[in-house]
Formats: sequence, structure tokens, C-alpha cells
Amino acid sequence: MKLSLSVFPLRGIPMGCLLGAMLCGALTSHLYAQETPADSLKLIQLNEVIVISAGKQLDHQKQRKPLSTLDEFLESSLSVNMVKRGAYAWEPTMNDMASERLVVTIDGMQIFGACTDKMDPITSYVDVSNLAEAQIGSGQQGAVFGNTIGGGINLKLDKRNFKPTGWTGSLESAYESNNKMRVFGGELNYSDEKFYLNTDAIYRKADNYYAGSDEEVLFSQFEKYNFSINSGYKLTAGKSISATLIYDEANDVGYPALTMDVSLARAVIGSVSFNQDTLFGNFSNWESKVYYNNIKHVMDDTKRPDVIIHMDMPGWSETAGFYTQANFNKEKNHFFFKLDGYYNKSYAEMTMYPTNSNEPLMFMLTWPDVRTKDVGFYAEDHIPFEKASLKLSTRLAYHSSTVADDFGLNSLKIFYPEMDKTNTRFLKSFSAQYHKMLNDFHFNGGLSYGERAPSVSEGYGFYLFNSFDNHDYIGDPELNTESSADVNLSVTYKKPTFEITAGANYFHVFNYIIGVVDPSLSTMTIGADGVKIYTNLDYAQLFNASLSGRYNISNAFKLSGSVSYHRGIDNDGENLPLISPLSYRSALDFYKNQYSASLSVDGAGEQINYNPAYGETKTAAYATLSASFGKRFFIKDNDLFVKTGIENILDTNYSSYTDWNNIPRMGRNLYLTISYSIN
Amino acid sequence: MKTLKYIFAILILSISFVSCSDDDDNTPVEVNPVEGLNKIYEFSEADHSIEIYSQKTGLEVGYNEISIRIKDMASDKYVTNAAPTWMPMMHMETMNHSAPHTMLSNSEESTVYKGYIVFQMAGNATEYWEVMLNYNLNGQAIEKAVRVSVVQPADGLKKTQVFMGSDNTRYILAFVNPKDPKVAINDLQAVLYKMETMMSFPMVENYKITVDPRMPGMGNHSSPNNEDLIYNAATKMYNGKLSLTMTGYWKINLKLMNESGEVLKGEDVTELNPESSLYFELEF
Repeated sequence: MKLSLSVFPLRGIPMGCLLGAMLCGALTSHLYAQETPADSLKLIQLNEVIVISAGKQLDHQKQRKPLSTLDEFLESSLSVNMVKRGAYAWEPTMNDMASERLVVTIDGMQIFGACTDKMDPITSYVDVSNLAEAQIGSGQQGAVFGNTIGGGINLKLDKRNFKPTGWTGSLESAYESNNKMRVFGGELNYSDEKFYLNTDAIYRKADNYYAGSDEEVLFSQFEKYNFSINSGYKLTAGKSISATLIYDEANDVGYPALTMDVSLARAVIGSVSFNQDTLFGNFSNWESKVYYNNIKHVMDDTKRPDVIIHMDMPGWSETAGFYTQANFNKEKNHFFFKLDGYYNKSYAEMTMYPTNSNEPLMFMLTWPDVRTKDVGFYAEDHIPFEKASLKLSTRLAYHSSTVADDFGLNSLKIFYPEMDKTNTRFLKSFSAQYHKMLNDFHFNGGLSYGERAPSVSEGYGFYLFNSFDNHDYIGDPELNTESSADVNLSVTYKKPTFEITAGANYFHVFNYIIGVVDPSLSTMTIGADGVKIYTNLDYAQLFNASLSGRYNISNAFKLSGSVSYHRGIDNDGENLPLISPLSYRSALDFYKNQYSASLSVDGAGEQINYNPAYGETKTAAYATLSASFGKRFFIKDNDLFVKTGIENILDTNYSSYTDWNNIPRMGRNLYLTISYSIN
Repeated sequence: MKTLKYIFAILILSISFVSCSDDDDNTPVEVNPVEGLNKIYEFSEADHSIEIYSQKTGLEVGYNEISIRIKDMASDKYVTNAAPTWMPMMHMETMNHSAPHTMLSNSEESTVYKGYIVFQMAGNATEYWEVMLNYNLNGQAIEKAVRVSVVQPADGLKKTQVFMGSDNTRYILAFVNPKDPKVAINDLQAVLYKMETMMSFPMVENYKITVDPRMPGMGNHSSPNNEDLIYNAATKMYNGKLSLTMTGYWKINLKLMNESGEVLKGEDVTELNPESSLYFELEF
């Protein structure tokens, strides 16, 4: 992808700086992550790039916690918050919008979770061992990856890309005291100018974690392993093919905030791509990919005490897709074109075992084999001016969904007797971003419009239990397309040692989709408070603002900090759920002579704006303090890197607004990471 | 995606080929008028035989659709002018009584006389059901008493209710459809009779029966878009809609109301009253 090229310089910046750079982009962004000559093609036009690449040489010391989970990496971004239902498989949110309103891709591949209860965001099917970076685009800046309202996250796989490094390898291990998490990983790579092969494997196993004051959080254990292999072969100069295969499996995953756990979450993700430097003379960086992925997810309540009705709830999601993209330059215009499409099949069922074993099993389809077809065309034009630039982009997509299973169709017809089997939409997105440099000031502003189709659950879900607001949810196949008009602004004042950014964005979301109680309906789940139907509200308003800065005290010491404010209300002025209260973070980082250290504080104010109708309670203010210390040793040509740290030093017992059902977060945790790389 | 399109195209083509060939094969076939039915009784007389069919494998308490054919041995043909009538009779130890039933009619299929009987109770060692058949054959009136065995449905589910209404009338309410319930909105049908005398069971028209399906095993979960049972003069049955949101055991709570809306039997299901005294049971 063309965006990746500029990323490598970023790796040279210590993590503290990176965080600072990230903060600049946070929420409003479109600030280029680095100073780039205006005429360069290598522009990062995304808000934010989080470098992950654990285990890659020279990278560890820039990260506070190298072998942490991908979820923790994503959470380190200010524009991403993670909704937590336990210690595993957190769900990313951006601009206070979750999965349905975001597009999350792995190396440009569309993947959809197979769990009706959002227990498997697709970020849970890769691991840091596979990834180079997470590319984040706020609002329509994420439209390059697909139709979105809130933004896009692309998890970019780590590849050697024909660098003449020969054989390299590394071994790494980490241990965390709080939940006794053991991590073992390793990779073996070969790369020359003609051929490369990367392989890696990682295994994680964690027991229950303990919240502050030694409170054990039951059912928070997990176990997962991940293998990946990717390879490329250069056909001729400027022409190459590559292939990727990822296998990810998690077992015995506890979800303390939910009534069920997971016995199996498995993904097989594969792709083949063809790359050519030029096309028809005028186009460059032509890349085409076909991909397929298959996800199986099985929930499990057999280990829970006091289960009234035992249930089997397996789900499957299968996606096949393609994209082809290229750059095209004409005078001052730098075009980028992408044609993409996918076909997804989502199927989930529920079998309940009656207390009276003489009665027949109770069976329903919770996702009625929904087939989604989507073909989209994305184009952008980046036009640099003297000390300014303009980026225009658009995505036009054909989107259709069909209920393929008659059992499921008849089930939904109980609620919507007149419903059609197939729904077709035409989705549009437009965006304009302007960047202006004025002495030491950078001004960024943008206007955009985007649309999205309802998710499978929103359109076709059948009695999906949401433990947060304790309601059963039913989809509505006749929902209108949700659309959003948004505006963003930011100002950065930048000096070599000092930088401060103020930014804000506002989303006016039309036909905002959310569950609304239908008091005439009877609950299915025993103990539920009611039934909600996914409904289009006339509109909702979301506002995010942030102030962030960094200061290089000396070459060794860097200080960074940020504070953000969020607000989300519906058309009646009622609070939307899962909106962050005032939150802040600050860090002091040190890096000198292969020694690194950091001290950071994270916190949030009291959640004033919450909504009990969505199961929210007021979360109290909190702050946590963490520190880390690392040292890199050279053993002959090889590298040994040791990093240790302590999180939540004061063992605070707290939960944030993102914690499903207010399950408390991890208490004091010591971690140790050792990695040895053979160069 | 393109490959998928091709696959679709091929699939569609092959489907249309298949359907074409189906059309070609569409030569008229002699349809068996009792296809899919079970022959539950057969009696041979000197010059004719009587065959009795049911959808079930035997007669059960409740609604029984019954088909009768009479074969003339001389012509080896099923007769179309027998004009049969029937009268079910329960012989109890101390008394006899009849059961709600329709007339026998061969309007659908000229050789098959169809009707239904709602048996209120099962036979046992000392009490039994008999169906008196009267019909004509070659200008001769014949009467035949057929002793039949009526048992409780094997699934043990309540699909027939015999009860005293608040108007001091004895009613018989029997479930007819759906015979094969689905997770869907099902067409619900039932028949309602009242007991005038031991021998007279007229059909009750223009009453209303409210429908409230529940799953007692799931905290009395209910479903939307059910429609009350309303009398339909064309089908001579009560027709309504029954939504079933999942497979399993369902209790269809009912409430019978007369033309002026007075409740004759049954109660609303509430938090405190989990079930009505008038109900059907379903399992699938």
C-alpha cells in the first residue's frame, strides 16, 4: 500500500514522540504524522499510525510494553478506545462509535466477526506478532478501507518486502504477574531481493486477573495462539506476487462481564496478491489482492454456575473479497484509485436446552445466513499548494444483503411480515480536507459526508441478548441507511522542542441506528428487562475535542500529555451510551544509551453524561500510574532486550466507561519481557 | 468477486436448465386421491368393500380428518353416488353420546367422502366408539356399524378442550392447524362446538378466541403478531395467526368470548397468572 512507505521513518522516533505525534492527529487529525515536503507522494494521509511490530529488531525500546496484546496497543492511541467485556477481545471504538460504525480491516481485507454478541471484534484474530502497524483514519478519512461513519482502522501485516536481510529470527517471552499471563513467541524470516518468507508464532495464556485490592475477577482467563506465514516472490523487476496465511485460535476465553464464555474462536485468513510498480505507463504502485477468511465462534456457558437454561450459540462468518488499487499522477494532482468488493456469509444459531428434558430443544437462528455483497470504488486526489494542501476523496459502493435461509426469513417475518428477502443500497462518501501551514502554525479543516448500511445484527439479529442494558435485541431489515455529515478542525503550534495541538470534530448522524424499547414485545432471555428493536433515530450528535502537546525537555527526556472531551446526544437531547467522560493522560519518557524508562498517568473524570436506559451507571473518576524500564544489550551481532514495568502502581480498584457492566480493571501488574533477536 | 459472479451465472443457468427439463416431463399422471393418507380400516362385504383413511395412523382424541371410499366389487370401481352419512357414538357403561362431526362430502374428489369427527375422549376396556355409516349402493340403503379405536395422542399434548362455559353451556374446542408448526407466523385453525344434547353438537359461529402463545420453559416468553381466532363462514372454522419464535414446547393460551364479548372460558396471562385454563399445547 502506498501509505506504508512513509511509515518506516516513523519507527525511528521513540515511542514518547510517537505518542505525541499520535496525539496531534487524535480526533481531528489529518495532520500529517511527520513533516513531509509538500510535493512528496509519501504522505501519511491518515490521522494516526500506531507502530506495533513487536519482535522486530530495534523496535522494542520504543515501546513501553512490547509484548502487550494488540488491544493494549490500540488503546494507547488517543483516538481509539476499547470496550472491554473481559481481559480478551476488546472492541475498538473511535469518535465514540463502535464496530458497526467503523471499518476494521486486516491488510485491506474485510473480515467480520462471527459472534452475535460482539465477543470477537476482528482485532482479536491477529496478534502483535503479525503486525507492523495500525493505520487509523478518523471519520471519512477511513473510507479508503470501506464504508464508515466513525472512521477506519487497518491492521497492516509485517512483511520483509525483498529487503536483503537474509535469515533473521527472534525469540521472545513475557510474563505478567497479575493474571500470570505467559507469552511465548518467535519468528523466523528469510528475505533477499528475489524472495521473502516470514513466519511467526505466538502463544498467550492468562489466568483470572485481579482488580485493585486483590479482588479476583472470575472468568477473565484466556488462551490463544496465532501462526502466520507470508511470502513474496519477485517475478521480474517491478512485478511480484505474495501470499499470506494467518491461523488464529483462542480457547477457554472468559468474559466476566457477560453471561457466557467462549470455548472456541478460530480464524483462517488467507490472501494472494499481485504487485506491479507501473501500469499503462501512467499508473504506479498497482496492487491487487484476492482474499478469503473463515471464522468460527462458539460460546460456552458450561462452566458458569446457576445457568437457568444451557445454550449452544455457535456462529460462522465467511468472507471472500478482492481489491485492486493504483496511484496516478498528473501535474499537481496525486490520484489514488481503488476498486474493492467482498461477499460475506454470516450465520449464527442458538439451541437452548429446556429444564424439563422431555421437552424438545429450543432452536432459533440468531443470524439468518445473511449474504452481503459489496462493490465499491474509492478515489482520492491530493493537491499540494505552496505551504498548503487539499485532499478530496470519495467512495461509491453498491451494497446488498439477502437472507438466504428460509427458516431465518420466516422467523424475521414474524416481526416484519412484508419484509423483502433482499435489500439493496447505494452508499456514498465524500470528503474534503484542507491543510495550511502558516509560520509555526498548522491549520487543518475538513468537511465530509458518509453513509453505511446496517450491520447484520442491526438488520437481521433475532433475540440477541445485550447484558449491558439487559435487553433482547431484534434487527429491522427495513432500516434506513445511516448517514453522517461531519466537520473537523485542528490547530497545531509546532516548534522543534515543543508542540501543542487543539482539535475538535462534530458528527451529525442522520438515521442514527440504536435499540429502542418496544414495550409490546416479550423477552426471550430469562431475566431480561425488555426487548429493543434497532431503530433509526432522526439524528444524533457527537462531539469530540482534544488538547495535546509534547515537550522535549532534553535529548533524553520527553514529556507528553493530552486531555479530551466527548459528548453524544440523540435527537431528544438524551445521552448516547458509551461516550467517554473527560479523560487525560500524560507521560515522561527517557531514552539514552540503550536505557529506556517511562512514567505515565492515565485517568478520567467522573462520567456526568450517562444514560441508565442503556444500562449505564455513573463511573467514578480514576487515575492510574504506571512505569517501565528497559535495557538493550548487544551480544555479538545479536540483540537482547529486557523490559520490565509496573502498571497501576497504586493498585487502584476502578472501572472506566468502556468497561461492560462496570467490571473492574486490572489492579497492580508487573510485567517482564525478554526478547532475543538473531540478525 | 468476479469468480463468484461466474459461479452464480453458472448456477442460475443450470437451475433454469433443470426447471426446463421439469416442464418437458410434465405429462398428465393419474393422481392417487388418497395419496399420503393412512388406511386405518378396511371392511369387505359380499359385493363391496369400505376403506377408511386418516392422516394419522389411527384415530385420536381431538380433531380427526377422515376419508372414506366404497368399492363396488362388480365394477371394481369406487362409487361416487353412495351419499354416505355417519354418526359417531360413544358407548359408555351407563349412557351413550355422540361427538361433533361434519357431513361427509365428495365435492373435492368424487370417489372420496371426506369429513371430520372431534372425539372428546378415548375408548377403554369397557367403553368404546362406534361410527354408524349409512350409504347407498346400487339403489340399496346399507347401514354399517364400525367399531373404532380412539386413543389419546401419543405426544400427550392437549389439543382438545371440553369445558363448561360461564353461560352453563358445554363446549368442545379442537385444534386443527398447523399440523406441522414452523418458526414463522403459522395459520392457526380450530373448530368450536357446543353440546346441546347427548346427541346434538351444533357448530358455534361468530364467537372469538384470543390467542397468547407462551413458552413456560423460557420464563413465559411470548411472540408478536398473533391474531385471534375468528369464525370464517367459508371454511366453517375459526381462523387466526400463531407466531412461534423458536422450536420447543409452546402453550397456546386461549380465551373464549361470545358475540357480545363476554368471556366464557379462559383468563389473560399476566405476571401473577402464568396460564389460562383454556389452552392448546404444541411441540416441534
